[in-house]
Amino acid sequence: MIILRSRLFWIAAAVVLIAALLPFWLSAYLLGILTAAYYFGVFAMAWDLLFGFAGEVNFGPTFLIGLGAYTAAILNSNYGLPIPICVIAAAFAAVAGGILLAVPALRLRGPYFGLVTLVAVLLLQNFVVIFASVTGGEIGMTVPDVLSIDASVNYWYALAFLVLCAVLLFGLSRSAVGLILQASGQDAVGASALGFNVTKHKIAAFCVSALFSGTAGAMLIFYMGTASVDTVVDVAIAVQIIIAAVLGGRRTILGAALGAVFLIVANEFLRPLGQLNTFVVSAVALAVILFFPEGLLGYALHRSERE
Amino acid sequence: MTGAVRLQVSELGKRFGGVIAVKNMSFDLRAGEIVGLIGPNGSGKSTVMSLIMGLSRANSGAIKLDGIDIAGWPAHRIARAGVSIVFQHSRPLQRQTVLENVKLALLPDSLLRLATEAAAAERARTIAERVGLGGVLDRHPWTLPFADLRRMELAKAVARDPKVVLIDEPFAGLTAAEIKVFSDLIRTLRDEGRAVLLVDHSVKSVAAIADRVIAMYLGERIAEGSADEVMQNETVRRVYIGGRIETVERKEVAADRASTLLDIDGVEVFYGKANALDRVSLRVQQDEFVSIVGLNGAGKTTLFNAISGLVPYRGAIRFAGQELKNLTAAAIARSGVVHCPETRELFGHMSVRENLELGGGHLSNSERQRQLAWVFDLFPILEQRQAQAARTLSGGEQQMLALGRALMMQPKLLILDEPTLGLAPVILGLLSKAIERLRHEHSLTLLLAEQNVTFALPHSDRVYVLDHGRIAWHGDPVKFAEEMSTGYL
Repeated sequence: MIILRSRLFWIAAAVVLIAALLPFWLSAYLLGILTAAYYFGVFAMAWDLLFGFAGEVNFGPTFLIGLGAYTAAILNSNYGLPIPICVIAAAFAAVAGGILLAVPALRLRGPYFGLVTLVAVLLLQNFVVIFASVTGGEIGMTVPDVLSIDASVNYWYALAFLVLCAVLLFGLSRSAVGLILQASGQDAVGASALGFNVTKHKIAAFCVSALFSGTAGAMLIFYMGTASVDTVVDVAIAVQIIIAAVLGGRRTILGAALGAVFLIVANEFLRPLGQLNTFVVSAVALAVILFFPEGLLGYALHRSERE
Repeated sequence: MTGAVRLQVSELGKRFGGVIAVKNMSFDLRAGEIVGLIGPNGSGKSTVMSLIMGLSRANSGAIKLDGIDIAGWPAHRIARAGVSIVFQHSRPLQRQTVLENVKLALLPDSLLRLATEAAAAERARTIAERVGLGGVLDRHPWTLPFADLRRMELAKAVARDPKVVLIDEPFAGLTAAEIKVFSDLIRTLRDEGRAVLLVDHSVKSVAAIADRVIAMYLGERIAEGSADEVMQNETVRRVYIGGRIETVERKEVAADRASTLLDIDGVEVFYGKANALDRVSLRVQQDEFVSIVGLNGAGKTTLFNAISGLVPYRGAIRFAGQELKNLTAAAIARSGVVHCPETRELFGHMSVRENLELGGGHLSNSERQRQLAWVFDLFPILEQRQAQAARTLSGGEQQMLALGRALMMQPKLLILDEPTLGLAPVILGLLSKAIERLRHEHSLTLLLAEQNVTFALPHSDRVYVLDHGRIAWHGDPVKFAEEMSTGYL
C-alpha cells in the first residue's frame, strides 16, 4: 500500500509536470479546451466526494456550480467587485445553498435525495431565466473582468487550481474524515452504532463538495468571460460531470479529474465526426460503466491491490 | 461478581404495522454479567437489541442506561453514551486494512478534533492484538477468514470502552475451537466489569457462558433463570419443540405413482467464507409432504433459496427431471416450484386482493377467479380483509396471505419456509388445518422447513433433520418421535 501510494505520488507529479509544460507546445485553441477540462475536473472530483465516499448520488452538481458562478458574475458585473472577492463570495453562496438543500434532503432516504437535488437544478435554471434583469436570463451575462487574456496564463491558473483542489480533496478522502465518510456511505447503521452522527458527516461532505464546486464555477466564468445557463446550470452539464466521475473511477477522487479531462478532450478530438461525436463519446462512456463499473482508475488500483 | 444495574429495560413495546414485535419486555442488565436473550426466530429478541441500540424507536417503555432514559435517542448518541453492538453480518471497509477498520471506531464524532490520529492508531493496534488480530493488522478484510472478521467486529465494538456490549448470534458460523476462543473473549469483557447481552436463538449455544438466560416468545418474556432452569422450563420446551409430538399415520403414496419430483444432490453453498450448506442431498416424491427441521441457522432457508435459484450453489438440483441450475428464479417459479419465504415478502402497500391476484397473474380471468374463491374458502379471514393494505395485517394474517398468494400460482411443488415464525398457537392451529386440507383435497407436493417440530410432524411423510448445514438424520415421523425428540433442543 505504501509502495503503491508513493508510486501514485510519483506518477501524479510527473503528469502535473508534463501538463505544466504543455503551453510551450500546444496551440491556444487546444490550451483553451484543456483549461475548461481542468475546471470540469474539479466539478467531477467534488462530486466524487459525495458519491464515492458519502454514498449519496447528487444529480444536481450544477446547482452548486451555478450558484457559485452566478454569484460571482452578478457581483462582478452589477457591483464591480474584484475577482478574488467574487470568488470567495461564490464559495460562500454555494456552501449556503448546499446546506439549505442538504439539510432537508438528507432526511430522505434512497432515490429521494437524488430527486431533490435534480429539482434544485431546475429551480435554479428557472430562477435565472425569470430574474433576467439581474442574471441576464437565457442569453447569459458577460463579466467585465477576466482572469487573463493570455491562453497560457489562463491554462496555468486552471492547472494550479486543479492541482490544489486535487491535493486537498484527495488528502481529505484519505484522512480520518474520509474514513468516517466511507463508513457512513457503505453502512449507515454500522457507522451510527460506532457513534458517528451519519447525517452530520454527510452534510459536512455536502458543504465541502459545494465549496469546491462553487469556487470552480466562479473561476470558470472568469476564464470564459460569460455566465450562462447552458454552460454552468443545465442538467446536461450535470450529467456530463456524473459520467466523468464514474468513468474515471468511484472513490478515487483523482480518477474523476482524469475522467473529466478524457471526456472533454475526446469530445473535441472527435469533432470532425460532426453529429456522431457526442454519440461516440457517450457510447464509450457507457461501455466503460458497463464493463468496468469501478471506472478506469478504480479498475487499475483494484487490480494492483488484488495482486 | 455482578455489580450495579447498568441497563434497565422496562415495559418495552414495539409494533411494525399490524405486527406486534415486542410486548411489555422488562429486564435488567448488571455490570460484570453475561445475559443470554434467547427465543426462536421471530420472537422479537433482535428487535429488543436494535431498540436498545437506538436503531429503531420503541413505541412504549423506557431503556435506562445508568439511570438515564435513552429510549428515542439516535443510535450515535447511544453509542457515545456507552452501548456497543456486534452485528452478525458485518460490512467492513474493504479498501482499508484491519487496523484502519478498528481505528475508525476510535475516531471522535467531531469534525474539528480529528487530529488525534496517531494516538488512535496506537490504541487500535493494542485492541486488535487483544482479540487476536495481531498477525493480520495490515491485511484487507476480504482476505480474512470468517472468524477473524468476527474478531474485527468485536474489536470495533469494544474499542471505545463501552459499558454495555450487545452481541448478535455470537457463535454463528464458528467452529468448536473458535467458539471456545470467542467464549473466553466474551468472559474477559465480563471480567472487566462490562454488561454483556448475548442474543441467540437457542439456549444451548449460550448455556456454557451466560450467567443468566431470558427466554422470549411472541415478543414477551416467557422464562428467566440459569441456563439449566430455562432449558427445563415447560413453556420454553413447548415453544421450541412444541410440547408433545403427535404423528399421524399417512396413507402410503401409491408406489406406481411415486416418482421423484425434486432431487437435490450434493448441494453446497458458501456465504463468503462461511459454509452454509455442506453436501446436502434429499429427494421429494410426487404428492409427498416432506419436512426439514432444524434450528435457526441450520441452513433451511439457504437450501430453499438454492432451490429457487436465489443463491449460487455447487451440486445439482433437479425438478421433474430438469436441471434447475441454469434457470432464473422467475423461470423456476413458472415451472411450478413456488417458494413461500419465511420473510413472507408481501407487497405491503398493495391490498390483500391485489397481492393474491398478482400471484395468479399468469392465469386466465375465469381461472383466477376460481382459484381466488378457493383461497378465500381456505382462509375466510382474507376475504373479509381483501381491501386492506397487506402491511396492516397481523402476523398470522400476513402468513395466510403469503401462503394464499403462493397457492394462487398453482404450485406443483410448494416450498414453505417456517410458516409458524412468530405466530401464536391459535394461528398455528388454523394454518395446520389449512395444510391438512391441502393434503386431502389437492394434488400437491410440499417441502416444509420448520423449527417447530410439533407443527411439522403431523404434516410429514418423511423428515430430514438439518444441523449446521448438514443432513443429520432422515426417517419417518414415528421414528423421529422415538429417536430424535430428546436432544433436539
